[in-house]
Amino acid sequence: MAVSYVPATFEEAVRIRRETGAVPVAGGTDLMVRYRSPAGTLPDFPWPVMFISGLKEMKGLFLEGAELVIKAGTELAVIEHSEIVHPVLREAVRQMAAPALRNLGTLSGNICNASPAGDAVCVLYALGAEVELTSSSRMRRMPIEHFITGPGRTVLKDDELMTAVRIPLHSDSASFYRKVGTRKANALSKLSCTGFITVTENRIVDMRLALGAVGPMVVRSAELESQCIGMDLNQFSNFKPDLRKQYAELVTPIDDQRSTAEYRKETTLNLIDEFFMLIEKELS
Amino acid sequence: MQQITFILNGEKQVVSADPSSRLLDILRDTLGLTAVKEGCGEGECGACSVLKDGKLVNSCIVPMGSVDGAEITTLEGLRDTAEGENIISAYADSGAVQCGFCTPGMVMAAAALLRENPEPDEQEIREALSGNLCRCTGYNLLVKGVTLASERGKEKGIWQ
Repeated sequence: MAVSYVPATFEEAVRIRRETGAVPVAGGTDLMVRYRSPAGTLPDFPWPVMFISGLKEMKGLFLEGAELVIKAGTELAVIEHSEIVHPVLREAVRQMAAPALRNLGTLSGNICNASPAGDAVCVLYALGAEVELTSSSRMRRMPIEHFITGPGRTVLKDDELMTAVRIPLHSDSASFYRKVGTRKANALSKLSCTGFITVTENRIVDMRLALGAVGPMVVRSAELESQCIGMDLNQFSNFKPDLRKQYAELVTPIDDQRSTAEYRKETTLNLIDEFFMLIEKELS
Repeated sequence: MQQITFILNGEKQVVSADPSSRLLDILRDTLGLTAVKEGCGEGECGACSVLKDGKLVNSCIVPMGSVDGAEITTLEGLRDTAEGENIISAYADSGAVQCGFCTPGMVMAAAALLRENPEPDEQEIREALSGNLCRCTGYNLLVKGVTLASERGKEKGIWQ
């Protein structure tokens, strides 16, 4: 049976983490399910755990300079209802699970879980979010795409806690978010697609596209995005078929219980087409 | 084992429990509150719904380590209040109850909704109940029940 801790303060949580490597459990929406045991018995955690949802120091969200800071213990429902959060991130969170789960789950838990199918995570890639990691001796931050290294894998060290997600404020001309799943509530997505387009004087100044659940990690290509910068309607329309082909090569989904590789690829390309139409509309 | 102190249905409770034990098991097995049901055990069906600090949560995935210092309300703490009676009688009068297994969770979900939004539209009701599964009624009768609870609650001034 795994040892479990309930730190009373953030300092205590950092100390327990350093001394025991106990895995932090915030909402428990993933870990309590993954390690559940029969009714009346304790979850079968393979490592020591600590329950951090009571730590007030880890909750809250606020603007700081040109960033939105979402502290790691902030529940999804709080993010969903906050006016200072980008509307696309609010929408992605609103479509996750069901109200009772959004009252428990956290964005940081979602990131540490590192599922390629995390819908909000896909939006965070597109927004250029960074994560903040804290141990007793240091604090560091890094882009989310460097933090997640594979399905279920991150670079979080044994003595570190994720303490915040930092999201640069982003203004766009138009945005695009689609989640495809079997039903609205509770179902994990088969795939998701997030796009942002910013146009000034009929030319693209910023284009971002992130694709979820179509490979081992969320797909976002800085290279393909940068090729679109400066294009007008004509140039983009001519480039579109080639761009679609290049995105198609990055889309490498698998068959699993939720969907098939073929369906995922086809549908993702359809959503990319829809986003490209939105770009053309913004350019004309 | 650890002493965990919390407010349960308005009264202080101290239980000795492993912090990783589920709130659902402590409510049912230790404290004998059996309105809380275990359906799926993984946060998908809502039969174990309770309010934690006024918010709807699935008690099957809430570890006791997260309950220390919290305020928990189960159906037992709601059913004899004007708010609880209003929802329960509205469900009964709408035919929103058949086998009854999902009903405690459905009452808690309705209470959580109506406290925040006393006059929800149909879409808001469906969204609020979206984490609670019912295999009998087909949901339309539940939506009718919540609508009726909203109308009667307004007349009675329950949320003022």
